[in-house]
Amino acid sequence: MKFLRDLLDKQKPLFQKGGKFENLYYLYEAGETFMFSPNHTTGIKGTQVKDAIDLKRMMITVVVALLPCLLFGIYNVGEQHYLAVGEAVGFGEKFLLGLKLVLPIVIVAYAAGGIAEAVFAVIRKHPINEGFLVTGMLIPLVVPASMPLWQVALATIFAVVIAKEVFGGTGMNILNVAMTARAFLYFAYPAQISGDQVWTYLGEKTAVDGFSGATALSIAYSAGQSGESVTSALASHNSAIGDQLYSFANMFFGFIPGSIGETSALMCLIGALILIATGVGSWKIIVSGFAGTYIMGLIMNIFAANEFMAMPAHYHLVMGGVAFGIVFMATDPVSAAQTERGKWLYGLLIGFLTVIIRVTNPAYPEGIMLAVLLMNVFAPLIDYYVVKANKKRRLQRATV
Amino acid sequence: MSKLVKLKKGFDIKLVGKAEKKIEAFQPAQTFAIKPTDFVGMQRPKVIVKEGDTVKAGTPILFDKKLESVLYAAPFSGEVVEIKRGEKRKLLEIKIMADKEISYEEFDKFSETDLKSLTKEQATAALLKGGVWPQIIQRPYGIVANPEDDPKAIFISGFDSHPLAPDYGVLLKGQEKYFQAGLNILKKLTSGKVHLNLDQDSEVSPVYAGAQGVEVNKFSGPHPAGNVGVQIHHISPINKGELAWTVNPYGVVQMGKLFIDGVYDASKVVAITGSEAKKAVYTKTYQGACVDKWVVDNTKSDHVRVVSGNVLTGEKINHDGYLGYYDHQITLLPEGDYFEFMGWAKPTSTKLSFHRALGLLSFLSPNKEFALDTNARGEARAFVQTGVFEQVTPMDIFPVYLIKAIMAEDFDEMEELGIYEIIEEDLALCEFVDVSKHPVQDIVRKGIELIQYS
Repeated sequence: MKFLRDLLDKQKPLFQKGGKFENLYYLYEAGETFMFSPNHTTGIKGTQVKDAIDLKRMMITVVVALLPCLLFGIYNVGEQHYLAVGEAVGFGEKFLLGLKLVLPIVIVAYAAGGIAEAVFAVIRKHPINEGFLVTGMLIPLVVPASMPLWQVALATIFAVVIAKEVFGGTGMNILNVAMTARAFLYFAYPAQISGDQVWTYLGEKTAVDGFSGATALSIAYSAGQSGESVTSALASHNSAIGDQLYSFANMFFGFIPGSIGETSALMCLIGALILIATGVGSWKIIVSGFAGTYIMGLIMNIFAANEFMAMPAHYHLVMGGVAFGIVFMATDPVSAAQTERGKWLYGLLIGFLTVIIRVTNPAYPEGIMLAVLLMNVFAPLIDYYVVKANKKRRLQRATV
Repeated sequence: MSKLVKLKKGFDIKLVGKAEKKIEAFQPAQTFAIKPTDFVGMQRPKVIVKEGDTVKAGTPILFDKKLESVLYAAPFSGEVVEIKRGEKRKLLEIKIMADKEISYEEFDKFSETDLKSLTKEQATAALLKGGVWPQIIQRPYGIVANPEDDPKAIFISGFDSHPLAPDYGVLLKGQEKYFQAGLNILKKLTSGKVHLNLDQDSEVSPVYAGAQGVEVNKFSGPHPAGNVGVQIHHISPINKGELAWTVNPYGVVQMGKLFIDGVYDASKVVAITGSEAKKAVYTKTYQGACVDKWVVDNTKSDHVRVVSGNVLTGEKINHDGYLGYYDHQITLLPEGDYFEFMGWAKPTSTKLSFHRALGLLSFLSPNKEFALDTNARGEARAFVQTGVFEQVTPMDIFPVYLIKAIMAEDFDEMEELGIYEIIEEDLALCEFVDVSKHPVQDIVRKGIELIQYS
């Protein structure tokens, strides 16, 4: 790798103070530190050796945890397509079709967000934020495969600029960046990210008879309106296309229509295991998030004013984006609660809110997005009270 | 009431290069130095001697104009050869060329019965005159104590849990008599108790075994269990307006020697540690010794950093630099000024990490000793990871909130979040584990100074 190092060293003066491309220093720096960890040493006073971790490694861990969701999502896009048009093809073909549809979205998200990052880094003179490694992967996974690429680009730029960079970059933002991108899409272009027609890519072909393309959540929601039991509504959709399409197992494994990376609770759990084992994601938020969802599901069962409310509580865990949202969005260390006690409450409330929004919001059966964003806003308040309790302990001690 | 405190939070940094438990003789140091920079919070150091003066061990060299009664003494007899100043004439070092034979200033000796009848004022006066007062550190702030104060208690941490820390059993071997005399003196200085805090997980060293008249508490757990600040937090935390004093066991012994033998004895045993040390052993020397004799011909490569103290709180010094006043250890580390291809992504089992993020495999071998270099391992960023600082801080304190309060210079928040209870060393592990590479200890000192001078 010496030639690479030599090349970088040769270019460096151009980007340093007084150099020709002085303004682009942070672009050079991003490339340099990506290829080589810098030769900085510890200071004269203080800690003389350092832990081997850095932010880049932490962020790439999240990206790796997302890979199962991404790979399965790619496959499932193909699976749903061929199911809808009634063709039986092999694994390879399904995967290839998925790749053809998903890869451009990933590339566009990374490119659009990357450019926004770079522009900010140059203007504001700060290093390029590693957080974008994760955001760029999260955004493609929470949109349907049929999403127009320009909308993906727009949403990514909006999220990077408005949700993150205006606050000062990674570590300073209030809202989860990827969730902001999704919320932007939902409110700006609802036709492309809601309803029954967007979740399955049909291409030039026509769907088989009886194909609805609905997500499990929207079926459950309309069942609630019409008074049919949710489980039987899901089962009757089963018979229309494919065998047992909306069975609990299928919803758990993820062979259902939905956003690219969100359908499989199993893949999210694998991601959760990676995040928990590496300590990058808070297990407290993940556990309490799932617990909150389940508990509120049970509470809804008790009231059961309509059939959606009567739906078995564990169905909430595998439908829609709950698993993905709790594992990858709620655990964002920057926008989540930061105190350990606060994390319990934060996760629990996200679970509660998700179910409440699901069963009571007439417009939008997916609740996790709004729940995470809302709790992002309330996380500092939760922390405030946890920290206040600590201060109070300290004060009480003083009078003793 | 004696206490047993079990601490779970913390992290032991296991490094290659622990000093063998034997005392080896190196060439004696030719120069000694007093560095005013070793005394945190010293504001206006004033040198009493001139270049060319001859001094004895115990001759006052220096004092702080803000606390004039405290004298700082020469550790060895000889000629003052250089008074080194830095930018803005900041006083850096006062160097003494050592005599062949050490000669001592003579101070009053006390018999055991004299010691018993000594009043606080007499004891204080003798400690000040004899130059050992700077061994007493005041909490909050971690500065040299003001003799006019009455601390609520005095705390002595009987062990050091820092990486590669020396064993006090070796450092203080055979000093039982002086240690007890020192304790007797300290008891006179406070209206409260004198706490001696020992390590539950290892054998009680003979020097402490017979300690009388003090409260003995036991601590167990990983570093920072040996930090006196952590111990105070669990025994009797410091609130706003309260004062406690802390003394290192070496300081206690030094006090005992002053009263029993009537001399300022700055001799000490120092551990030479670190992965780059050919011979990691203990050696006998004096405070402020030049380290060159222990470094030359004793390092495995040419590119070595010499640290006075340990890897968490120590200070980088030159290869012919001087041992810090409060240090009993030097650490020899490989310099880490190299680029590493894909260093942030490459799996590694040779670098230590508290974290387990992708490819950080050190957690698989919890007992392995690592040879760490001084590479900073990444660039400074905003706070991202949460909850980690709490895992290495065994105190009821929110380190991140405290650090942010200091950065925002929010005085009320700092007070309420516990600035009085900590000094740099208590959050040193946070600096080590920090993903975002903040200079935590610098920030802590800045906060303390803001509070102290406000």
